[in-house]
Amino acid sequence: MTTTDARARKRKPMGMSRRPGFLTYGILIALMLGGAYPLWWSFVVGSSPTSVLSQDWPPLLPGGQFWKNVAEVFDTIPFWQALLNSIIVSSVITISVVTFSTLAGYAFAKLRFRGSNALMVFVVATMAIPTQLGIIPLFILMRQFGWTGTVGAIIIPTLVTAFGVFFMRQYLVDVIPDELIDAARVDGANTISTFWHVAVPAARPAMAILALFTFMMAWTDFLWPMIVAPQNPTLQVALSQLQSARYVDFSVVLAGAVLATLPLLILFVVAGRQLISGIMAGAVKG
Amino acid sequence: MTSTLGQQARTSPPAGRPDRRAGLTFKHKLGRLDLKYSPYIYVAPFFLLFATVGLFPLVYTFVVSLNDWNLLSGPGQWVGFGNFVKELHDELFWNSLFNTISIFLLSSVPQVIAATFIAVVLDQNLRARTFWRMSVLIPYVVTPVAVALIFSSMFSPEGGLVNHLLALIGVDPIAWKLDTLPSHLAIANMVNFRWTGYNALILLAAMQAVPRDLYESAELDGAGSVRRFFSITLPSIRPTMIFVIITSTIGGLQIFTEPRLYDAASVTGGGAHRQFQTTVLYLWEMAFQRQNFGRAAAIAWILFLIIVMFGLVNFLISRRIASADSRVVSKRAKRKLQTPGTPTPSTVTASPDTADAGIAETDPAHTHTVTTDTQ
Repeated sequence: MTTTDARARKRKPMGMSRRPGFLTYGILIALMLGGAYPLWWSFVVGSSPTSVLSQDWPPLLPGGQFWKNVAEVFDTIPFWQALLNSIIVSSVITISVVTFSTLAGYAFAKLRFRGSNALMVFVVATMAIPTQLGIIPLFILMRQFGWTGTVGAIIIPTLVTAFGVFFMRQYLVDVIPDELIDAARVDGANTISTFWHVAVPAARPAMAILALFTFMMAWTDFLWPMIVAPQNPTLQVALSQLQSARYVDFSVVLAGAVLATLPLLILFVVAGRQLISGIMAGAVKG
Repeated sequence: MTSTLGQQARTSPPAGRPDRRAGLTFKHKLGRLDLKYSPYIYVAPFFLLFATVGLFPLVYTFVVSLNDWNLLSGPGQWVGFGNFVKELHDELFWNSLFNTISIFLLSSVPQVIAATFIAVVLDQNLRARTFWRMSVLIPYVVTPVAVALIFSSMFSPEGGLVNHLLALIGVDPIAWKLDTLPSHLAIANMVNFRWTGYNALILLAAMQAVPRDLYESAELDGAGSVRRFFSITLPSIRPTMIFVIITSTIGGLQIFTEPRLYDAASVTGGGAHRQFQTTVLYLWEMAFQRQNFGRAAAIAWILFLIIVMFGLVNFLISRRIASADSRVVSKRAKRKLQTPGTPTPSTVTASPDTADAGIAETDPAHTHTVTTDTQ
């Protein structure tokens, strides 16, 4: 009894570094297939004639009608305009959030000023506030200004996020040594050039992560763009308009879903690693 | 202006002594002004914008809710809390709240369990680690609108995939769009589809921060993998888990896109009998279809209070857990001092990661900090 115990210990001194077995990879493959299947289904139906869903058995393989369905998508919704709108909205929001978050985050992390603690507590407290519940006054304001239906009206409510400030502060607090800032000051640099030459280069990785997630958030947003600018839709709003009819043609709708997913799929292939390290660094939720 | 001054000071030769001192004092003054006031300039854009587009609307929502306010004709009579009273007596409001919480529970509970399981699977010495991590994140790139459309077709009563699969195992077709519980399940499924992998990665990050020698000594003491999970992994990732639960609560109570697009045939949104009309969907209908801004604003504020309440409850629970943890940690540290290097089974049982001590007695935001530290 004791000898087998001892032998077992000897055989695996590094308990956790063992390679996992087939079961683990089997589970992972099943998860991957499950996660990708709805997209595959979307492509299968989106490339088939509408009648395919009224057959005895749902389709499992793509049909040959993808481009025909895509053409119908283009006829039904202003796809390219919507794509352009989404790109503009997401880019402006991203630039704004990253810029202002980095500025404020740097001040909170590295500069001493009266009231900084109270203000930071305020930022943390407001992080949990669901700002999308303010849509009614925002809509009243936008209509008052005559901005409804414009891209600007979609952008304005998300120009800054409390989360962004919090995230940049958390990052910069650790990453810039105080001595570096003091040294820059001794060299005669003022605060803005210290910010530009010391803080921004150090903040770059966090800025990239914040940018990635802010872009995703703006791109996927639906409620506010749908309310304020349905006639000048973002991609998500346009996509939803594909099924607003009483009779839903799923072939066309899902061809549209495939098209609308492509931009983020490309982003995922290009920046998937950063996305993962961002999530694992506790970057963004929601 | 100050920057050119700074350059001058750096490049000017240190010759004329009085000249230099004058320059220094001027620069000194400017520098002090700069140091004192520029932080405010850095934080000002955020606070000004946030006050305008984040806080003001929330406060103004309250003002709107106290009035009889129509979408088209604008503010009417002051009604005090009349709109709130009306909502609290409206069956449709309670129906929406029931649907919201039902969908929220159906999505968050299985999701946290599944995400933990996936994180455990990923938290091994895998080949092609990044590949597997990316593979569980695929659903996240499908936008909620696309997810809603895709699932709407898969759960469709005519030719939908799900009913066909159920027929294979002898289950009668289910009215996924007409019946209350099935429609809630389908909508919860959309949320789970998109977020489980994401949350699994957050939990994975927390798991990787657990010192490996903790597992090894537990194994030497004869703890099996299940025991190790419940005695080491679970207590260690608890702060992160609370963070995941809080964020999914805040998001879950505001669910809109999925129920809105689940059934195109229903005009009001939320099904023919409002069987899956959530509260934000009800708010939207009240504001933009029934055009009653006053009551919609009241709904927004009630929902806001509910979310804050959920957040506070979460906060208090996590605070209690955190302080309990820190007590255990300090006890454990003391014991470690007495008997160095010999972990007993009892210490393993109560062994949260020592990093937990850092988040003892803090706010939910700090659970976040824990995850920030891990990578």
